[in-house]
Amino acid sequence: MAPASPGLRRAGFALLTAIPLGFLAIFFGWPVAAILRLGITEGGVLDVLGRGDTWRLVAFTVGQAAASTVLALVAGLPVAFLLARTALPGLGFVRVVVLVPFVLPTVVVGLAFRTLLPDGGVVAIVLANAFFNVAVVARTVGGLWAHLDRRAEDAARTLGASPARAFTSVTLPALAPAIGSAAAVVFLFCATSFGVVLVLGGARYRTLETEIYLRTVNLLDLSGAAALSLLQLVAVVAALVVGAVARRRRETALALRAAAETARRPAGGEWAVVGLALTVVAALLAPIVVLVLRSLSTADGWGFDGYRALAGTGYGGSLDVSGVDAVLNSLRAATDATVLAVLLGTLASVVLVTMSRGRARRGLVETIDTAMMLPLGVSAVTVGFGYLVTLDVLPGDLRTSAALVPLAQAIVVTPLVIRMLLPVLRSIDERLRHAAASLGASPLRVWREVDVPLAGRSLLTAAAFGYVVALGEFGATSFLARPDTATLPVAIARLISRPGELNNEMAYAACTLLVVVTVAVVALVERVRVPGRAGLGEF
Amino acid sequence: MVLRVERLTVRYGGLAAVSDVDIEIADGEVLALLGPSGCGKSTLLRAIAGLERPASGVVRWDGADLAGVPVHRRGFGLVFQDGQLFPHRDVVGNVAFGLRMAGTPAPRRADRVTELLDALGLGGYQRRRVTELSGGEQQRVALARALAPRPRLLLLDEPLSSLDRALRDQLAVDLADVLRASGTTALVVTHDHDEAFTLAGRVAVMRAGQISQVGPPAAVWRAPADEATARFLGCVAIVPATVRAGVVHCGYGEAPLPWAPDGEIRLGLRPTSLRHNESGPLAGEVTHRLHRSDHVRLRVTLDSGAPVDAVTTVTADAAPGTRIHLTLDPTTLAILPT
Repeated sequence: MAPASPGLRRAGFALLTAIPLGFLAIFFGWPVAAILRLGITEGGVLDVLGRGDTWRLVAFTVGQAAASTVLALVAGLPVAFLLARTALPGLGFVRVVVLVPFVLPTVVVGLAFRTLLPDGGVVAIVLANAFFNVAVVARTVGGLWAHLDRRAEDAARTLGASPARAFTSVTLPALAPAIGSAAAVVFLFCATSFGVVLVLGGARYRTLETEIYLRTVNLLDLSGAAALSLLQLVAVVAALVVGAVARRRRETALALRAAAETARRPAGGEWAVVGLALTVVAALLAPIVVLVLRSLSTADGWGFDGYRALAGTGYGGSLDVSGVDAVLNSLRAATDATVLAVLLGTLASVVLVTMSRGRARRGLVETIDTAMMLPLGVSAVTVGFGYLVTLDVLPGDLRTSAALVPLAQAIVVTPLVIRMLLPVLRSIDERLRHAAASLGASPLRVWREVDVPLAGRSLLTAAAFGYVVALGEFGATSFLARPDTATLPVAIARLISRPGELNNEMAYAACTLLVVVTVAVVALVERVRVPGRAGLGEF
Repeated sequence: MVLRVERLTVRYGGLAAVSDVDIEIADGEVLALLGPSGCGKSTLLRAIAGLERPASGVVRWDGADLAGVPVHRRGFGLVFQDGQLFPHRDVVGNVAFGLRMAGTPAPRRADRVTELLDALGLGGYQRRRVTELSGGEQQRVALARALAPRPRLLLLDEPLSSLDRALRDQLAVDLADVLRASGTTALVVTHDHDEAFTLAGRVAVMRAGQISQVGPPAAVWRAPADEATARFLGCVAIVPATVRAGVVHCGYGEAPLPWAPDGEIRLGLRPTSLRHNESGPLAGEVTHRLHRSDHVRLRVTLDSGAPVDAVTTVTADAAPGTRIHLTLDPTTLAILPT
């Protein structure tokens, strides 16, 4: 671009860049850094590292995450095949069923698995974590698989390879980067999984993530919690680096085809894989169905007691607000968070696209991109905890403000918005913008005429997705919500930790409400998915 | 002169993609910028459009420096190799885009769009989705879109290169007609000399970031400025020769070149410069035979032992092993300064 006044434009651009980065610095970088400092200066780190139970905690965290990752891969690969390589009726439904668990509130999933396996313990934790992440494997691997040229396999077959041999010697190596990248992401999600472990493990099975929470909330051991946060942060960064390396190798030249060309009716042994995939889909449906059924069953047969009870505060006033108020709190916070995240995510995406269009150094663009992604990897509990120890410095003492919850949720949602929007903006050919400019469109007009209409759908999708994630956010919210601003997930967690059949019924009803909203949004997102753009904005 | 590029240099990092280039385009003229890929011709076009900032040098329109004028205020139309139509708009939406930006009232917009679609053989395509058009149709829409706001200068970047041969020839002729009829001043960037010679009144040959020669197509074709230009224009052998009284004499015989000045020259031969002719002065044995669509390419080992390229007709008997005679075809020869 050759702007009229480069100086002015550069200043304006720097300002645009400063907004998302500044937000990230204040509401993410600073709290996390404060935790690090607290962990290091209070001498807690060495003390904590020297204790045997810390390492048992680490071993359990890593162990359950590894087991969950393996299970998610085993379950996700047949589904990836089903979605990517077959042309069968009803795949749209399968897509929705697979995606719903990924955005279901963790508390809801926790409760569902507690109902399925009343004394499940470790097994329930691993199953629940895998349940969430089948979508990540199916989408990441399936996204690549759908675009992989079948003719490489055909060539292997004509050279004498059996179908199985062709798969292991040709297809699997081509998919390896996607599988590696998915495994890294899943491992990360499982290792920092909070709601599920808290609900299913309680005080018996603790991971670093729940231990940080329990120490802060129950024991007020801030320095110990900070030390554990530090330990976890190191592990997370290591996992992120592994994932980034895998992603980079994924950029190797593969012969990619349009998805429609590679899908066909399964044949022979492929039906066995399809059967396996459908079994996984059925297994994914089970916890959801159980939840809905339980919400409708009462002590004396079927009924809506649980839903009716949402008008009150539970058995013996277990909640400080009524269920309805919690619903309203949730909707309000999620709306604020989504608006904020969409603004920040759009701004960041625009900045990143504009930078890589110009002659900005690639390293700089990648650094900003990665920085904006960090909140996805750092545990929400750490962020929430960080808010508690830092934000009292800001005017008006944000710590007691109801604004904290949407701020924290926005930090979690913004990376999702960027991941869904950025690839679409990047895929718009630069020359399309040049064509518009040569026809007389000013830079702002080019955005309005080209980028907005082409990326609009993705932005809507991202907003809808972000809304659901904000609605179900539990890690940071449980730290930050005050009793009277409790969101629905926080209320559910409280209800199931108190005795009383009424509380259980209320919790099931609340979970079902969240399930309904989630399913509706996912179905909507699937419906407006831009055809031919599969693989974009996937995890 | 309307467009004037003076000592223009564009750098990518330390590399000068365009270095010290001067060109001029007169009102209503079509200039082709011809060169191999990577020679900097597209960069030069982008700099004229205002999409690249030059490291030094000036782009002038009617004498006024354009350095401070952004792309959208230059009034230069742009056509890309692959159309780059707006996928979210139909044919009318694409063609009317520039008129909309200029604030042209809707009725006049519609008239202009119809006029252009008719001129480009796209009548009735108004409401078609551009993603459903063929490559040739897309390129016609792209052309109509660029022409609609009556640009002061039309910049075409390899406008025909993505089309297959039959379509390319047809669209080249149509494009030349439209440009001539509308009197549009245009710059065409291409690597294909057929395309350049069909469209342009004048050709500028570009190599390694610099203009090596400017002139009418026929002059450039038969008198390339240097050996590299000659090779780019299809010469495969360059031999010493003498011109006397409009006849060139060289090791392969002689041929009438009435336009060539007398004296010592170098002669550029193209693969078609030696023709199968039983009364020709050169004799040799056919070693390879390659059938093309309307002629046959031969590889011949001359009696002197030297291998040469030659052509014959499709029906001629010239199987490998056959002894044939060859003669120089004056229409395909190029002369170079010594």
